[in-house]
Amino acid sequence: MTAYPAAIRAEVDGAVTAVVIGAGHAGLAMSHCLSALAIDHLVLERGRVANAWHRERWDSLRLLTPNWQSRLPGFAYRGTDPDGFMTAAETGAFIAAYARAIAAPVHTGVEVTSVQRRGDSYLVNTNQGRWACRGVIIATGAFAAPLVPAVSAALPATVNQYTAHGYRNPGHLPEGGVLVVGGSATGVQLADEICASGRPVVLATGEHVRLPRSYRGLDIQWWLDALGVLDQRHDEIDDLHRAQRVASPQLVGSDTGHTLDLNALQAKGVRIAGRLMGIGGGRAQFSGALANLCALADLKQNRLLDRIDAWAKTRGLDQDLPTPTRPPSTRVDSRPLLTLDLEAAGIRSLVWATGFRPDHSWLQVPVFDAKGRLRHQGGVAAAPGLYVLGLPFMRRRKSSFIHGAGDDARELAAHFKGYLDSLSGAIPAAAVAATA
Amino acid sequence: METTATVNNGVDVVALLAARQALSEAPEAAKCLWRASCDWVKGTHSNSRVESFYALGTEHHHKKAFTFATDHPELFSAEDRGATPVEMVLVGLAGCLTAGIASVAQNRGIQLHSVTATLEATMDLQGILGVDSEVRNGFEEVRVTFVVDADAGRDDILALVAQSQKRSAVFDIITNPTSVQVAVK
Repeated sequence: MTAYPAAIRAEVDGAVTAVVIGAGHAGLAMSHCLSALAIDHLVLERGRVANAWHRERWDSLRLLTPNWQSRLPGFAYRGTDPDGFMTAAETGAFIAAYARAIAAPVHTGVEVTSVQRRGDSYLVNTNQGRWACRGVIIATGAFAAPLVPAVSAALPATVNQYTAHGYRNPGHLPEGGVLVVGGSATGVQLADEICASGRPVVLATGEHVRLPRSYRGLDIQWWLDALGVLDQRHDEIDDLHRAQRVASPQLVGSDTGHTLDLNALQAKGVRIAGRLMGIGGGRAQFSGALANLCALADLKQNRLLDRIDAWAKTRGLDQDLPTPTRPPSTRVDSRPLLTLDLEAAGIRSLVWATGFRPDHSWLQVPVFDAKGRLRHQGGVAAAPGLYVLGLPFMRRRKSSFIHGAGDDARELAAHFKGYLDSLSGAIPAAAVAATA
Repeated sequence: METTATVNNGVDVVALLAARQALSEAPEAAKCLWRASCDWVKGTHSNSRVESFYALGTEHHHKKAFTFATDHPELFSAEDRGATPVEMVLVGLAGCLTAGIASVAQNRGIQLHSVTATLEATMDLQGILGVDSEVRNGFEEVRVTFVVDADAGRDDILALVAQSQKRSAVFDIITNPTSVQVAVK
């Protein structure tokens, strides 16, 4: 057992074996798994537990997964509506209840300003002091910062711009037409509610994932769960980088269980255009490849439904379920919208639903690729003792979902334990006590 | 990858996948420069030539220089010594999508027997003649119809054709805006 070098001890306010950054569902799941391995740690949270659910989501947002699927290591939904979908506030409360149930060592209001590597240790600088630790687990989420394309700079000043972070509800938008950019779950949900507010909506969509809310009487998440699609591992897939970039499926959690694909939106009056490719001279320009992207999404959806039918047959469920059906192909205008004069069309606002990226700007460890993305293998970053959680398809297809955190956290905690065991020394209990 | 020894569409998918892997590790080497040159002959008749290009960090030459005559039909008071330039655009699209189908089929282990494409593009001459400023010069719409005979079901063939569009350079060039800078020396 060797202590931290005196030089490091002199620099810090306390030492601990691991620091988990972020007290969302993933950071808390990791806390539970570290505790199970008797690894002392802290969970640092810039705001309150489940901060983003309380402060960075639009009002109507609900989980894409039914309540029964909200399960975390040592915790699960126990309410009366297992088939319902939690609101953002309910999700925040669920995660806060988890933090209490596992007695996670969360320090709220602690913002990490930088993390540096020093020998076999990390120095975690915060607005509340500096810690030394052997391992850092980044659980700040995949959706920390909205991605806004560079073309946003060319938008005329008459059009108000919003991101999915800043948007709250249609009432905050000016009267008039709205261009929603992005065909993921976010884009279709916002287009839907903005259209319902009486504002004309154009939805520009690139590649997208079409899914029915339910199929043969069962929620699509039940099928994905049963088929093991969500458990597919990062080392089992041909093109992981592509899978990691796939947009969230066109789904909405609601009381009615309705499907929210491009056909549903068009039936409600939303106009569909191809990917936004440029803005110039007050005109937006859309890709002419929309029909093919819709065909790709239709074919992919049908392949999944074929797989479900085959699975149901082999399990002998076929007779007990409603007959297989196939949703109609996505309707695409024979003359799709290619250019839109924003002023003439009465477009007064634009909502960017063009995705999110994690924010690792405070991480001063050389683990980034040429595009500034954190380099990792299934959450094991390219620096010993450094881990990340909750990124899309990080270790499994479900990695970014609430129910995906458990398996990943268990494995990464075990990996960290192995690393600690390989170190010649451990951190003396006295140093840990100093931080309590 | 489902490539099997029995499927042969004449595409070296192993080499393509190796190149993909190599280029994802060295993105600088992925930069290409394509060239063409063109000499006016007479009237609307010109001869274009492609010979060299830059790729994988170095200069390359085609096995020989390829030349293409472009002209306009007699109907438009020209001598019809070559395809019209807009037809050449369709030629490029057809060649690109068909090459894509062969490559994707090979990668997916689908044996092709024949692939035939017919292309149509509608255009309103009021645009290029300057009759109506609201009519664009270029195509209003491009329609491509493929007939594919392959050892695969209809949905697999549809997916093949869709994937080929998704990965096609010329499809992208036609469907999306491109900055074009024309200079005079």
